[in-house]
Amino acid sequence: MDVLVARNLTCVKQDRTLFSELDVTLRAGELVHLTGPNGAGKTSLLRILSGLSLPESGLVQVHSNSQSDVPLLYLGHKLAQNKHLSAIENLTYWTALHRVNPSLDELYEVLARYELVGLEDLPTGQLSAGQQRRVSLARTQLVDTSLWILDEPYTSLDVSGIAFIQARVDEFVAQGGCVIMTSHQALLSSHQVKELALEYRI
Amino acid sequence: MSPLYSIIHRDFTLAMRQKADIFQPLTFFALVITLFPIAVGPAPETLQKIGPGVIWVAAILSALLGMERLFRDDFNDGVLEQMQLSKLSLSWIMFAKVLTHWLVSIVPLIFISPLLALFLNLTMPMYWALLATLLLGTPILSLLGAIAVALTVGLQKGGILLSLIIIPVFIPLLIFATSAVDTAMFGLNYLPQLAIIAAMLCIAMALTPIAMSYAIRVSHQ
Repeated sequence: MDVLVARNLTCVKQDRTLFSELDVTLRAGELVHLTGPNGAGKTSLLRILSGLSLPESGLVQVHSNSQSDVPLLYLGHKLAQNKHLSAIENLTYWTALHRVNPSLDELYEVLARYELVGLEDLPTGQLSAGQQRRVSLARTQLVDTSLWILDEPYTSLDVSGIAFIQARVDEFVAQGGCVIMTSHQALLSSHQVKELALEYRI
Repeated sequence: MSPLYSIIHRDFTLAMRQKADIFQPLTFFALVITLFPIAVGPAPETLQKIGPGVIWVAAILSALLGMERLFRDDFNDGVLEQMQLSKLSLSWIMFAKVLTHWLVSIVPLIFISPLLALFLNLTMPMYWALLATLLLGTPILSLLGAIAVALTVGLQKGGILLSLIIIPVFIPLLIFATSAVDTAMFGLNYLPQLAIIAAMLCIAMALTPIAMSYAIRVSHQ
């Protein structure tokens, strides 16, 4: 089952063609590792796939099969949390935006799984970079969707954090979800990893 | 929580945590108006003549001062990205944010305006006219200003550009608002001016959210 189909994508930034006529098809139960050197256009591609930016030419179609309100989950470089709000508040407002309203207990439970016990009510600005990243990644537990687009999810995570997120990704893929992610380290997944490599073009 | 209510609730909570951001425009507004009687002399007739203009110019400048805060943090943190990706219409989100911003940073200016009108020797009918123009006119400041903020939010130093873009747009509003208060000074009917400002407000409410959401999409590009 195709979750996302993109045809003939071309992206031009500052008069440099990052990629042209690129076709991407993401299927359910697939884990795609997007690789390439700095400046190859990985983030640009993910933003185009998520619908945040428009490609120079080409078309992106997302086929959402779940009944949920969220067709895809995009977690980018920016963590999408306000440093004056606590982890609980950030997640509450974010889930409300996507029309899911988990109870406070559920939120505490999810944050506990991300090793944030006791930090739930602190302003996120006071958390370490890795803890802030964990709060952001906890979103993957809160909405029902069929596609995760993760841009460098391992940034500032510790070794156990990386293993935990990897396990989460594996679990989601096993349930028939689709994940496309960038990472500069190899993905140690129990699933087959499909690699999509972008080249640096001049 | 419904999605729109959550946005309003969030912005209120944030405003309450960063009170300095609310007080900054308010103090600026009060200070500018207090300085005028000292600078131009305390003659009651002079003050009455320049009063409406002074209050409106001060209101525009202080609105401008707090305007950048409207989308800046949410843009830099990536919250606006998530808002754009939600299924909710971005125009409604923008409208909710502007409404909250108006309530939080402009309504306090209207609240202290009676005191400042007293400093400038405005008569009672003039004050009522001023209040009416402020109530109808300041939402226009917020709505139009928000388009410019949305356009410049991606730039590092958007401040000057922001003022250059929006001040000219406010001139018609300034003309009708001060003319309404001047008319009130002579005890004449100022409803026509109010009707024109109300019409501007209706058009702004209908069209600016579309422009804001488009500008945000461009800034995210």
